[in-house]
Amino acid sequence: MEVRGALRAYRSLLGAQARSQAAYRTSFVVDLVGNLGATVFDVVTVLVIFGVTRELGGFTLRETLVVVGLSSCAFAAADLLVGNIERLPRYVRTGLFDAVLVRPLAALPQLLLMDLPLRKVSRAVFGLAVLLYALASAGIDWTPGRVALAVVAPPAGVVFFASVFVTTATVSFYWVDSGEMANSVTYGGRDFTSYPITVYGGWFRALFAYGMGFAFVSYHPALALLGRADPLGLPSWVGWASPGVAFVAATVAALAWRVGIRHYRSTGS
Amino acid sequence: MGSVTATVGPPTDAHVTPWFRTFGAIVAAGFRRHATYRQAAVAGVVTNTVFGFLRCYIFLAATGAAGTVAGYDRAQLGTFVWAGQGLLAVIAIWGWTDLADRIRTGEVAADLLRPVHPVTSYLAVDLGRAGFAALARLVPPLVVGPLFFAVYLPRHWATVPLFLVSVLLAVVVCFGCRYLVNATAYWLQDVRGPMILWTLGSGVLAGLYFPLGFLPGWLEATLRYATPFPGILQIPLDVLVERESMPTNLGLVGLQVVWAVLLLALCRLVQRRAERRLVVQGG
Repeated sequence: MEVRGALRAYRSLLGAQARSQAAYRTSFVVDLVGNLGATVFDVVTVLVIFGVTRELGGFTLRETLVVVGLSSCAFAAADLLVGNIERLPRYVRTGLFDAVLVRPLAALPQLLLMDLPLRKVSRAVFGLAVLLYALASAGIDWTPGRVALAVVAPPAGVVFFASVFVTTATVSFYWVDSGEMANSVTYGGRDFTSYPITVYGGWFRALFAYGMGFAFVSYHPALALLGRADPLGLPSWVGWASPGVAFVAATVAALAWRVGIRHYRSTGS
Repeated sequence: MGSVTATVGPPTDAHVTPWFRTFGAIVAAGFRRHATYRQAAVAGVVTNTVFGFLRCYIFLAATGAAGTVAGYDRAQLGTFVWAGQGLLAVIAIWGWTDLADRIRTGEVAADLLRPVHPVTSYLAVDLGRAGFAALARLVPPLVVGPLFFAVYLPRHWATVPLFLVSVLLAVVVCFGCRYLVNATAYWLQDVRGPMILWTLGSGVLAGLYFPLGFLPGWLEATLRYATPFPGILQIPLDVLVERESMPTNLGLVGLQVVWAVLLLALCRLVQRRAERRLVVQGG
């Protein structure tokens, strides 16, 4: 009974969102198209860069597209599902978060449903299309293992990016004016995973690729799918580590959220 | 109150000196207002720095063995990226919805009652904001970038002054574009759609995602001469890294002047048309 009541509440929250977003019909359509454009331009950027060079970090365009496809598919889906958590700083600053906390529902699902961006559906569909095209055209030698990896890696990437969104948003519990800083890891992570990590260098690569784990979203799975050895020397089974890394990331995110919400003090506004 | 309506033009003042004094006061107020958000400025600098690393590595990877790409050598790309990250906040390319919010809520009525034209007063506030951003947001990437990457220092003595003029014009051109995007709220109420189109278009067409030189020559030329976008980022950066000769750079800055004047005139025109149909809802 308890669970069913909560589900009904969530469903009506979602319904209210859908109705309110569809109310300004022209804006909603432009939104759908515009959001599609965001992911399209990410891919166009890669194509433009390959317009002036034959290879990037030792990878050809077809190989890089597998990396791009894994990245944009995972990011777009995570952005659709939990991307709105990036509004948390505003909710904390304006005091709206207090209202969320006093309701008899869990805070995180409420926040996500309060502004589920239906307009971002177009983006997720395009990301998936890029991935499918890249997988079909990269000349992959399909084995049962690689088919399984191609099925498992994108959802693992979604979980990973979703965890990054939640973890970075919790910064605003401690630092109300953190503003766009979370973007440097969320959108920065998207850009980082759109290219083979051989492009980057030094401690910057080490920090993003292995310190934060972004190498496991697209680079290592792509290497395993393409059957290429890692130019940086890691063994090929690392490509299979992405679900494990996603699990660790989700655990960290859950912990960060719990600790953060306990630490939360209203701004009083 | 009967004689004050949105369609009656604000009183025009023949004296130039008071006009400048008012303008200067609004600029100073804009500077002070934005100088209070210091934590947000620090957060913004961190974000710009991370993207500076990302873009710099990616563009440098495109140079390959030759060490040059599209007329930029590695040091020029370094300067292009890091100065560009700093300029993003100075021109405030994204996230400005003040006017649209005020139109939606009806608060814009208060702007229309003031003795200063709305385009003029919003421009003055924006110049003040840009002044603070030039100190707080442009300087840090210019300091951090050279610590990790080779950068290009201008050789011609006139380049730095010309760059500063070009940045000022870029702020005005960018303001004009943003004002027009915001002004669609007079007709649409909800500006999320136009705003997202602007966010996307400006990033690509202004030379942020990749230098426009990466595009085929005819496309770069079309963008440069037929649209204002390169004038908000690409032109100041090209001036700074001396990609072209000094006379060409002067010509490019002249192009910015043309776009600045055209866009401000268009803003005033749109504002006048909008005021004729504006209905402020509620009491």
